Amino acid sequence: MRIAVCIKRLPDSETRVKIAPDGKSLDETGVKFVLNPYDEFAVEEALRRREQAGAGEVVVFSLGPAAAQETIRSALAMGADRGVLLQVDRMPADGLVVARALAAELKDGAFDLILFGKLAIDDYNHQVGPMVAELLGLPCVTSVSRLEIADGKGVAEREIEGGIEVCEFPLPAVLTVDKGLNEPRYPALKGIMAAKKKPMEIKPTPLGVGDVEIVALTLPPERKEGKIVGEGPAAVLELVRLLREEAKIL
Amino acid sequence: MAPTFNGVDFYNTDGLLSEEERAIRDTVRSWVDDHVIPIIGEHYLQGTFPKQLIPAMAELGLFGANLPEAYGCAGLNNVAYGLIMQELERGDSGVRSFASVQGALVMYPIHEFGSEEQKQHWLPRMASGRVIGCFALTEPDYGSNPGGLITVAKETKDGWVLNGAKMWITNGSTAHVAVVWAKTGALDDPGSIRGFLVPTDTPGFSAKNQAGKLSLRASDTSEIVLQDVRLPRDALLPKSAGLKAPLACLTAARYGIAWGAVGAAMACYVEAVGYAKTRVMFGKPIGGFQLQQARLAEMLTEITKGQLLCLQLGRLKDQGKMTPQQVSLAKRNNVAMATDVARETRRLLGANGILAEYQAMRHLANLESVYTYEGTHDVHTLILGQEITGMNAFN
Repeated sequence: MRIAVCIKRLPDSETRVKIAPDGKSLDETGVKFVLNPYDEFAVEEALRRREQAGAGEVVVFSLGPAAAQETIRSALAMGADRGVLLQVDRMPADGLVVARALAAELKDGAFDLILFGKLAIDDYNHQVGPMVAELLGLPCVTSVSRLEIADGKGVAEREIEGGIEVCEFPLPAVLTVDKGLNEPRYPALKGIMAAKKKPMEIKPTPLGVGDVEIVALTLPPERKEGKIVGEGPAAVLELVRLLREEAKIL
Repeated sequence: MAPTFNGVDFYNTDGLLSEEERAIRDTVRSWVDDHVIPIIGEHYLQGTFPKQLIPAMAELGLFGANLPEAYGCAGLNNVAYGLIMQELERGDSGVRSFASVQGALVMYPIHEFGSEEQKQHWLPRMASGRVIGCFALTEPDYGSNPGGLITVAKETKDGWVLNGAKMWITNGSTAHVAVVWAKTGALDDPGSIRGFLVPTDTPGFSAKNQAGKLSLRASDTSEIVLQDVRLPRDALLPKSAGLKAPLACLTAARYGIAWGAVGAAMACYVEAVGYAKTRVMFGKPIGGFQLQQARLAEMLTEITKGQLLCLQLGRLKDQGKMTPQQVSLAKRNNVAMATDVARETRRLLGANGILAEYQAMRHLANLESVYTYEGTHDVHTLILGQEITGMNAFN
């Protein structure tokens, strides 16, 4: 089984972000970058499929700056076989630009499965996986939380509002995966050491022109300090009055 | 997975680490966040070592991580090894002690003083956690003066017979194999000290848990009695000759302890900062008062110095230039520093600081043992004194 996993380097969610002086990008100084957590489920799933099949190859793809080599190596440390970096100077705002570059790279790879995290926790777009599927003319199931594959066919479960949806699809296919699909492994120390000896191709990638542009980036407004209106039953009337007259939610 | 603990790095020491060193540190850090921190308080109260962690530690490759891959180990450099010890002790000194003993005090002497057969037999089994080891040097009456030990090994026509008693043996009741140090000649001849690999199911070997500890409670500390323990000829570590062999093991372990202490100090400091920023007294967070700021500034300064000591010590070890005296300086400084940081954190936390729910007092109590074991603080003072003056002040 040949499996491609597309991953993204992004700021650690523990990072307190600062907006750069241009007002539309992040100030990256002192920011720690990590592998998108949803992509960890995709890498883990690919490794398990390869291990179950007893043969095959897991190839990790990432579009990003030179520093994304480190992100690819963390997937290699978990056990992926090789990596490909589509190197760019800046991350495009338009998911379609990313999807076109990845699709061009993936189209002749003869992969049985192409896996993505269901979203990247920095931009929350949920876009690139389904776009790649569309560009390659492959079936796509998103937010997969359970997966079975046998005889060239797959059955995937997705958690939807109030229930579970079960989808069947033929291989090859593109899947975006959700939390709950598996428990990603810790890269063993030997894996970390082995990762630097695994092949990594670095391909400078010219980017197409996108239709989406980020014009502004702002931090959420700071929460105002709370107000204690009083204590005990006597405060209830005042609270109701304020909810009605000030907050206007009653 | 990105760890939730962000460490303490005021001087961008991360920038002095390689990508692999950082990746290794972060992996162990995440693992400690997920598997040690949630359970360690309860184990500490119960006085039990969390044995269920052993398989995962082995799978990560934490045992003897700086020994060669040819024996099933991870083959890491000594800085990466030190970072592992730092992160384990950030969880708990008992967990770090377990790994130190397995790696630096049992696997290391087998690798250093063992025959090829002994290495092939024991090291892969120990790296994979199937075999647990302990190191039996200290005796009830010989702690800081190990050269005086009175455990004896008598040569017979087909092997050895060991008699004696050992004390304060980490992993003593858990271990499958003990590295026992005994005199093969006269009791006044430390040059006759040799190491023996003693399977703990050998008749005459017994271990008993040392009850009543108020420190290192999440660790197995045992007394060992050796009564007519008969061993085959090949139980001897052939290249162990004299007191310098066990002392070399102690240097290897002390190296890891210097790093471990920084981990405990970082855990306490982060706890202190978090508490100081949120605990309100006299109408504002206590971090806004000068006395607490002085505490925190002192902690950060000392931790930063300790980190740089470790890192340079590790680089020297990797270049083969590290001296035992340099290790003494780092162990002595960092453990005393961590003990101070833990105590100041405990105090900053007020009454809450005495609870197991917080880490400071557990680390403080642990560090009192670490202060004493592997060469007491005072012994390291005298090692440095001798290095400086050329005069021996031990006796």
